[in-house]
Amino acid sequence: MKTLIILKQFFQDIRKQKLRTFLTTFGIVWGTASIIFLIAFGEGIYKHNVKQFKGLGERLVIIWPGRTSIPFKGLPKGRNIRFTENDIAMLKKDISDIMVASPEYSGYGPLTYERKTLAQNVIGVYPEFAVVRNVIPEKGGRFLNEIDLEYRKRSMFIGSEIRNDLFGEGANPVGKDVVFNGVPFLVVGVMKDKDQNSSYRGRDRYKAWIPASTSRAMFNRRYPNNMVYQVSDEFRSKAVEKRVFEILGRKYKFDPADEQALSVWDTNEDMKEWRPFFQGFKIFLGIIGFFTLIVGGIGTANIMYVVVKERTKEIGIKMALGATRAQIMSQIIVESLLMTAVGGAFGFLVAKFLETVFPMLNLTEYIGDPIIAMDAVIATISIIGTVGFLAGFFPARRAANLNPVEALRL
Amino acid sequence: MMNNGTLISLSGITKHYDTGKVKVRALQGIDLEIKRGEFIAIIGPSGSGKSTLMNIVGCLDTPTAGEYLLDGRPVANMGIHQLAAIRNKKIGFIFQNFNLLPYATAYENVELPLIFAGAPGAIRKEKIMRNLSMVGLSERADHKPTELSGGEMQRVAIARALANDPEVILADEPTGNLDTRSGKEIIEIFERLNVEGRSVVTITHDMSIAERCHRIVRLKDGIIESDTRNGNKI
Repeated sequence: MKTLIILKQFFQDIRKQKLRTFLTTFGIVWGTASIIFLIAFGEGIYKHNVKQFKGLGERLVIIWPGRTSIPFKGLPKGRNIRFTENDIAMLKKDISDIMVASPEYSGYGPLTYERKTLAQNVIGVYPEFAVVRNVIPEKGGRFLNEIDLEYRKRSMFIGSEIRNDLFGEGANPVGKDVVFNGVPFLVVGVMKDKDQNSSYRGRDRYKAWIPASTSRAMFNRRYPNNMVYQVSDEFRSKAVEKRVFEILGRKYKFDPADEQALSVWDTNEDMKEWRPFFQGFKIFLGIIGFFTLIVGGIGTANIMYVVVKERTKEIGIKMALGATRAQIMSQIIVESLLMTAVGGAFGFLVAKFLETVFPMLNLTEYIGDPIIAMDAVIATISIIGTVGFLAGFFPARRAANLNPVEALRL
Repeated sequence: MMNNGTLISLSGITKHYDTGKVKVRALQGIDLEIKRGEFIAIIGPSGSGKSTLMNIVGCLDTPTAGEYLLDGRPVANMGIHQLAAIRNKKIGFIFQNFNLLPYATAYENVELPLIFAGAPGAIRKEKIMRNLSMVGLSERADHKPTELSGGEMQRVAIARALANDPEVILADEPTGNLDTRSGKEIIEIFERLNVEGRSVVTITHDMSIAERCHRIVRLKDGIIESDTRNGNKI
C-alpha cells in the first residue's frame, strides 16, 4: 500500500512536471542508448574486420620464390630460388607447427560454358587449400578431394562470381561441364561468398581451382607459383618461417638470413599488428560511452537535486505530519530509480532499434553491422542503476535531514 | 488522556537566529505551562515570536536554550524517530496557509498522517471519513485543494491534524487567510474539540476569537507580556 502511494505520487508528479520528467528521462535514455550503441558499433567493426582478415585465411603464411641478395658459400647473389611440391611435403614433415600446406599453380586460359567464355585464372591446389584459405563450398557442392588429386581428375571448384558470370546469378552448376583451355572439367562445387579485405591475384570469388596434379600436367609445370601453409598458433609463425628458411636454405644453398631468397607474406603478423589497434578502438569506444553515461548521470543527479529542492516544502509538510526520514527518503529514491529504470529500458530499446535499422544503410561492407553485446548492456544498466540510486539518495538524505520548519519556510 | 496534569512545560526557552549579519532574538526566555484540556489564544504583534514559540511547541523547530518537557519528558533528549512519532500522533498542527499537498485530494491529504503511522487500510478509511464528516466535508473527499474554498481547505487541514487523535491541536493563525464567516466556523470546530477534552492552542490576531478562548497569552518582543485566564491574571 505504501509502495502504491509512492507510485501514485510519482505519477501525479510526472503529470504535473511533464517537461522536467521528460528531460530527465530523456537524458538517461540518451546516455544508455549511446553507450550501448557505441559499444555495439565497435563490436561490429571489430567482428567485421576479423572476419575479413580470416576471409583470406586463418593463421595463413604465403611463400613465393625469390632471389638471393647475399653471396653464400662461394655462390653469388642474385640466384633464383624456387621450390617444388616435394619441398612442401618435406617442410610439412619436418616442421610440426605447419598444420596443412598446399602449392598453387596458376594457369591462365579461356574458360567456357555453352556460349559464354571468360579469360580465367585457374589455380592448381591440394584439398588442404580449402582449410588454409577458409574456402567453404555452397550447399550441394564440395571442394576438391584426395581422389581428384591422386587420379589427376578434371574437377573444378569455382568462385561465386564465376558461377554468376557463366551460369547466372545463384544457379547451381554442380555436375555441369565447363571447358578450360580446351579440356573439359566437371564443376564439383561453388565457393560460398566470403568477406575478404586482402588478396593476391584477386579476390577468391573470381577464382577457380583444380587439382594441383591436373594443373601440373596440363601446363607441364615443375615449380608452383607459391605455397600456402597454416601454422598451429599465430605466435609460432615467426619460428616456423625461420625453419622454412633453414631447411630450404640448406637444400638450395642460400643464407637462412637472406630475406629476399624467398618472399613471405605472414598474415599472422598483420593480425598481430592490427589486434592492438582493434583492442584500442574498443577501449576508446568504451571510454566515450562511459563518459557519456557519466555526463548523463551527472545530469540526472543535478535534476533530482533540483526536484528535491523544489519539493522541500512538500517534504516539510510531510515531516510536520510525522513522516520519518526513511519514509521521505524511500519515496525520492523510488522515484529516481523508476526514472532511471524507465530511461534505461527506453535507451536499450533505442539502441536495439538502431541495431536493427543500421544494416539498411548499406554500410555493412565497410564497417560491419553493430552487434549489441549483453555484457555491455548489463554493465550499462548497472552503472545507470547506481547513478540513479545515488542521484536519488543524496538529495533525499539532504531533504530528510532538514528541520521541518526550515523545509516549510523554503 | 483525560487527566488534568501538565501536558507542556516550557522554562527559559530562547530562540536566536543567526543570519550571518544580524542576530535575531525571537524568543528571550519563555516560561509557560499548558495543562490538558486548555483552550489558549496566543496573541501579540508581528515579530513578537508567536510562530517561533508555536513551532518549538510543535516539535518543528528546536530552541536555542531552555527546557521543553512534553508529558514530563525533555524533548531535547528525543531522537528523530521519537520526534516524528510525536508530530504524527501527539500533536496536530494547523497552518495559516493550510499546507495541503496540492496534487492530492482531501481524502488523500487526511490519509497522510495515517500512512506515516502505518495504519491499515480499513482503519484509515474509517478515520478519514469520520474526520471529514466532523468538519462537514464528507461530500468533498474527492476534491483537490484547488477545487475547495479557503475555509474548506482549512477544515481539511483540521481533519488531517485530527487523523491520529492527537492530545493537542496547535494552530498558527488558522483564520488569518479566511473571511469572517469561515473563521467563525473554524473556531466553532476548535471549541467542539476542546469540549471533547483536547487541548487547543491557537495564535490569532483577531480579538473576537481570542476572547472565546479560556486563556490568553500575550507576547511582545520575545517575552510573555501577560497571561490571563478568563480575564484574571495568572
